[in-house]
Amino acid sequence: MNFPLPDLLPALPEIFVLGMACAILLVDVLSKDRSLSYVLTLFTLLGAAAITAFTSLPQVQTTFGGQFIDDAMGDVLKLMAYLAAMTAVVYSRNYLGERGLFKGEFFVLALFAVLGMMVMISANHFLVLYVGLELLSLSLYAMVALQRESKQATEAAMKYFVLGALASGLLLYGMSMLYGLTGTLELPRMAAILQAGVKDNVILAFGIVFLVAGLGFKLGVAPFHMWVPDIYQGAPTAVTLFIGSAPKLAAFAFTMRLLVDGLQPAVGDWQGMLAIMAVLSLAIGNLAAIMQTNIKRMLAYSTISHMGFLLLGVLSGTFAGYSAAMFYAIAYVLMSLGSFGLVVYLSQNGLEAEELDDFRGLNSSHPWLAALMAILMFSMAGIPPFVGFYAKLSILQALVGAGFLWLAVVAVVFSLIGAFYYLRVVKLLYFDAPKADVPGLTTAFDIQALLSANGLAVLVLGILPQPLITLCTYAMQMTLQ
Amino acid sequence: MLEGIGLISLAIWVPILAGVLILATGGDKNADGQRTLALVGSLVGFLVAIPLWTGFDASTSAMQFKELSEWVPMFNIHYRLGVDGISMPFILLNSFTTVLVVLAGWDVIKDRVAQYMAAFLIQSGLLNGVFGALDGVLFYVFFEAMLIPLYLIIGMWGGPNRVYAAIKFFLYTLLGSLLMLVALVYLYFQSGGSFEILTWHKLPLAMTAQILLFVAFFFAFAVKVPMWPVHTWLPDAHVEAPTGGSVVLAAITLKVGAYGFLRFILPIVPDASHELTWLIVTLSLVAVVYIGLVALVQSDMKKLIAYSSIAHMGFVTLGFFLFNPLGVEGGLIQMISHGFVSAAMFLCVGVMYDRVHSRQIADYGGVVNTMPRFAAFFMLFAMANAGLPATSGFVGEFMVVLGAVQVNFWWAFLAATTLIFGAAYTLWMYKRVVFGPIANEHVAELSDINSREFLVLLLLAVCVLGMGVYPLPFTEVMHASVNNLLEHVAHSKLAY
Repeated sequence: MNFPLPDLLPALPEIFVLGMACAILLVDVLSKDRSLSYVLTLFTLLGAAAITAFTSLPQVQTTFGGQFIDDAMGDVLKLMAYLAAMTAVVYSRNYLGERGLFKGEFFVLALFAVLGMMVMISANHFLVLYVGLELLSLSLYAMVALQRESKQATEAAMKYFVLGALASGLLLYGMSMLYGLTGTLELPRMAAILQAGVKDNVILAFGIVFLVAGLGFKLGVAPFHMWVPDIYQGAPTAVTLFIGSAPKLAAFAFTMRLLVDGLQPAVGDWQGMLAIMAVLSLAIGNLAAIMQTNIKRMLAYSTISHMGFLLLGVLSGTFAGYSAAMFYAIAYVLMSLGSFGLVVYLSQNGLEAEELDDFRGLNSSHPWLAALMAILMFSMAGIPPFVGFYAKLSILQALVGAGFLWLAVVAVVFSLIGAFYYLRVVKLLYFDAPKADVPGLTTAFDIQALLSANGLAVLVLGILPQPLITLCTYAMQMTLQ
Repeated sequence: MLEGIGLISLAIWVPILAGVLILATGGDKNADGQRTLALVGSLVGFLVAIPLWTGFDASTSAMQFKELSEWVPMFNIHYRLGVDGISMPFILLNSFTTVLVVLAGWDVIKDRVAQYMAAFLIQSGLLNGVFGALDGVLFYVFFEAMLIPLYLIIGMWGGPNRVYAAIKFFLYTLLGSLLMLVALVYLYFQSGGSFEILTWHKLPLAMTAQILLFVAFFFAFAVKVPMWPVHTWLPDAHVEAPTGGSVVLAAITLKVGAYGFLRFILPIVPDASHELTWLIVTLSLVAVVYIGLVALVQSDMKKLIAYSSIAHMGFVTLGFFLFNPLGVEGGLIQMISHGFVSAAMFLCVGVMYDRVHSRQIADYGGVVNTMPRFAAFFMLFAMANAGLPATSGFVGEFMVVLGAVQVNFWWAFLAATTLIFGAAYTLWMYKRVVFGPIANEHVAELSDINSREFLVLLLLAVCVLGMGVYPLPFTEVMHASVNNLLEHVAHSKLAY
């Protein structure tokens, strides 16, 4: 037997991250200095970014017998995922340190999670997609459980694991049906076979139902959203920050690979399902968020509604819709990083800034942090001139362009409801008097600078969105040509 | 055309940058410097807006001082600015009002001075953007963004019930504008990928589409005007807002709604506008008559002025939907005049509130004995609010009534009742507050207006009287644009 060595170059970033993650695991055993692991983690992500950027080619490349794909959309999403993971790691530093979680495990798990995202983003085959997803999910389960003495975190980890396993089962079941129908697990070949027409549309429909249900779980959209608020609330905030940021990019890539690369010919079948999920997510996410008193839980429900909005872009089934959804995903990650980052940053000196009340009167003690939070909240509500507005506008435009005028109207009505709870946060920040017994903040210069850059990016990209829009459109063009 | 940065851009960005600069100066330690900076910023903002008036060519209806650069080419969104006779006066009015607001808040606002002044300056720049924008998305961005500073102004420096009022104000107006966003996107596709408002003016549209667009735009602008029955946010917002906030709300932001009627609804969907004239006229007349009666029974002065604003704005929308030059120009004059008069009325209430901390009519009486100079100014503005000839309030109302007679006598008749109701509620309030014996020791301790307040009220008094006696400069600039608009609206643009 003769095994030709596959072309490793397109997968170089993955190989690098894997190698470094293992190396950090070793360094962590040999060295007592945890900040070394921290620096190495940041270096790994930077290095991966450099490799991804330098090996990026405009045309699509596949390797490992067509199972692995390296295209412009993947490269852009990966770069954003590194950036998000890096930001999340920096934001978490002091939080983890204060709670005795500043351990090698956190960094290694984070890197493995990033590796899982990268594999998902570059998957061109059902099994690779699945492997990437499991790598990501298992790392996240462990990260949630990192705070061993916390009952809440352990419960959240269990819930996450059980529901995640169920979702994986659904996903695999759907995959097996499609495999039985088409005889292939490769996404492009499946698309070609479906294009030619299949005998049994019932099996196709069932397969898609299971796939979409599994996908719904992983994205955290209604009616498969129940885990999101519990996990977001139960996990240590630094982990919530991580879960709420980069993995959303991977989830978007997952949706694109599965539905667009693999099942584009069956667009009529999944479009309706996505529409139902999107509308339900907008409704449940926005309505339930109003009732929350815990900011992590509130942001969890807000995530559900944002993912619903993202699905609206995907379901429009057009090129404009896909690039709008990609833009939305990136914009969302930016906002989510900033808002959870602020929650993490304020959770210091013994305070867990988890309740909405902890944000009361922030403007009088820390006007700049309050302004950043207000920017992020207005942006999430889709008010110009922040990036959230353009994200919403591009999705609406794609919807109206594809003839879904009524969905566009539903979407704006729910964003009005959503505006209420974002406004309430601004109200707490600006209109209310501060709580008496809030411990002072110890300023961490680098974290504060990064938070400021994060918040200002939301503003600047809202005033000048063109570069990011061009990037997304270009990536989609190169990928879908 | 100027090279480089245009005048409208200056009018937009000078106040905004001044606001950001003030924010950068930090806390209340250097409050005096911040106040001075705010005054300088607002004055420069007003000065750069003046050439828009002096350099304006009144003989043409075309857009002037145009600016155009690419903004988001992917969606064909442009940074496109320009003014005509309809929008130009409002940029001036707004920049002028900002100076007054800064002066009015000078020593009343004692905490978070920087944020207060900055919010007003940024708000002023955004409002200039609303009036100057000729691109749908640019308009929308300014239209929405201006909610943010106003939300903060009401919520941070407002009265006891300020949080409720601020959130109600924000959500109410957001409801309207979000539907407009869908309408803008729809028009983008109908026009083959353009967000230019002037292109939309020429776009043929089927009747159903026109009606739906009318409804979407109507929501956005009717809430802002506000028209009965979507006016309920206004009394709350006015009562709770600090004086400066009330002034800006009444003098400028309400005008944005009415301006939207002229810039979007009438020219983009003229057939639907004709079709639905009955609706607008009915709502306007309800506002004039019913809200006038509601104003009569108010015991809170700010609430009374708020309701009187709604009634006056009913005149404006009525004028627009008469489709004759007298009506439309009368409406526009009424808008400008109301900008002066309502600002002055709120400032007068503010002057008393700063001293007594009450807005209840019952807490006053005999103010003229302790504040004679103030009483004189207040008298003038009350007369203007009632529409007395030789004040600016008379001109617009008279023109609209004349225009209405040409269309339908009964409309004119009902509209003219405002001269009675307006006089009744304003002068009755004035009588109870100012005349009579000194009611209590608070009134007895009142000190007359200081030189800063005198200056602010004097400036407004000059405007009110000047416009009342010699309105020609105002009508002159809008003449060509209004005629062009009416000619445009007279032609059906139903798609075949």
